Amino acid sequence: MEFWHFSEQSMHPAWEHIDGPTKVTVDNRHCDPKVAHELYNRYLDEWIVADKLGYNIFVNEHHASANCMSASCLLTLAILARQTERARLLCLGVPITNRTDPYRVAEELAMIDVISGGRLEIGLVKASPFELAMSNQNPAGIMDRYWEAHDFVVKALTNQGAPFSWEGEHYNYRNVNVWPRPYQQPMPPMWITASGASTGRRVAQLGYTLATFFNGAGTKPLFDAYKDEFLKTHGRPAPIDRFAYLAITCCGRNEKEVDTRYAKMKPYLDVQPRTPKAWSNPPGYETAELNAMALKKGNTGRINFGLPTNPTRQDMADGGIMFTGTPDQLYDQITSFSDRAGGIGHLLMLGQAGYLDHEETVDSMTLFAEEVMPRLREYAKRKNMELTAAAA
Amino acid sequence: MFLSALPDRRRVAGIETELLVTGAGRPLLFLHAGHGFDTADPLIARLAKRHRVVAPSLPGFGDTPRPDGVTSVDDIAYLMLDLIEEMDLRDLIVVGISFGGWVAAELATKGSDRIASLVLIDAVGVKFGDRETRDITDIFSTTAQQIPELFFADPAKGAAVLHDLDFTKLPEATALRFARNRESLTRYGWAPTLYNPKLKGRLHRIKVPTLLLWGAEDRIVSTDYGRNYAAAIPGARLAVIGDAGHYGYLEQPAAFADEIEAFLGA
Repeated sequence: MEFWHFSEQSMHPAWEHIDGPTKVTVDNRHCDPKVAHELYNRYLDEWIVADKLGYNIFVNEHHASANCMSASCLLTLAILARQTERARLLCLGVPITNRTDPYRVAEELAMIDVISGGRLEIGLVKASPFELAMSNQNPAGIMDRYWEAHDFVVKALTNQGAPFSWEGEHYNYRNVNVWPRPYQQPMPPMWITASGASTGRRVAQLGYTLATFFNGAGTKPLFDAYKDEFLKTHGRPAPIDRFAYLAITCCGRNEKEVDTRYAKMKPYLDVQPRTPKAWSNPPGYETAELNAMALKKGNTGRINFGLPTNPTRQDMADGGIMFTGTPDQLYDQITSFSDRAGGIGHLLMLGQAGYLDHEETVDSMTLFAEEVMPRLREYAKRKNMELTAAAA
Repeated sequence: MFLSALPDRRRVAGIETELLVTGAGRPLLFLHAGHGFDTADPLIARLAKRHRVVAPSLPGFGDTPRPDGVTSVDDIAYLMLDLIEEMDLRDLIVVGISFGGWVAAELATKGSDRIASLVLIDAVGVKFGDRETRDITDIFSTTAQQIPELFFADPAKGAAVLHDLDFTKLPEATALRFARNRESLTRYGWAPTLYNPKLKGRLHRIKVPTLLLWGAEDRIVSTDYGRNYAAAIPGARLAVIGDAGHYGYLEQPAAFADEIEAFLGA
């Protein structure tokens, strides 16, 4: 199993002062640049610690958000490419449906891969619905744009020799010639996020790593669809390193310490859904058929993790939302969830969330690295053998 | 306004188009607003008393499919030229409402000697103001639940027209029509928001008698916007109707129909 330290680089000190949405329309006077300066550097320090502790690095981006100040995951990665030594560097991801210029995306990716000596992992994402307010890109046709941009980036990164031209539905270039080419040849590993089976199958056909976030009981059907399609397409069982799962993760020495840290991180889940209603699902972001089904059910489109009201720490772990505990408890929570999901090869760990401070974050990461990581690595090796034997 | 499928089908430029053809008399092409229409449309009912009304669901709206290449109002306007020729409509009156008014204006600038009169009702499609002032309310930053208050002078009346937007009590097909209509309006109108930057400079090409009808309480495009629109079309006249919002034609169908009939009879 591989472990990825993730942080949304939130402006959490502002949360208590914000009424209503924390995104899109939120007043930017709530973002004090001096506080942001401290926080950005703190979060970067935590990734540098992660590198030393044997974690890999996972960064994201959002826009106009008190939940995430990273306005460009590739800017963050560009810094870490130089300041870290061992960690794999995952952007998950670049919102190619919102970028008007995928050529520039390909160039920036290649540059990071070369500076880092081949440590880049590329995640290309559809992006959250509310991002369309800022990017101004059309929600209708978003997946057509996604796949054209994806195909373009892959060709731009892998093309060698003569420049090529591209005259697509959405993008038009006369002379594509990426300098430098990626350090990893033919190109860095690719990741795609999904929550539903149809996208999962497409990711399987491509053979990319499939990542899913806070997906709980939806994870197993998604992973099963990937496995089925992977076997059909590639003629061999999908290895465990194709399955990535994101949850809030925190370690403590005893119940009291874990409870304190849990209470500091949990507000993340309350702030996260505070999206202006109009931006939770703009028309066209989902298919008309899915939207019609939601209308028929009277669904207002708010995030629902499917947890009971007032969930316990154990409910949160069972639901795949928050793995919090002592090293032994975490081992049990993560292996139990992984078993139910059908095997997780990459644990994407939101290791800083809510009000967890720098010392607590680093302490939790250190404890996990020392006490839990080695045992989970052994577990994943056994699990991978089970998976490949079962499918064979 | 989106409850039921339209009764007729006809291939238009190869697209299996859903449409309503009703009434008898001089032909009238009815171009629907962005949330679609259905057989219960009260303005169509009035106009059909003296005209043969041809009212298609535009590509992507209602049950009409949208071919991959149809992505803009410009594309739709050309398809309407095809429809006019294929149905051999002559001495034609074109009536367009809101989004349909945009289509009608584009159609009229492209020119056809088959078009004899133009009626634009609370139409969008043109940018008049400066770069930091919106002419057209950004409806895409609003929710479906806000449609009654934004699109109607009397939100209660609007809610009734929209069946309270309670899809749990409406047929499955209704929810799909509503979702398709919203998606298509978004596709064609997202950015620039509900206008074509080129259209203002082309409106002078409209040579047919033109009437603009506006709801006095339109909260999507103001009556000042209507005045600007009228000023940009040679010889056009604007009439403002009271107690009417952006979808005022659904609130005061008789008043809108009377103005249209008077214009056509003049």
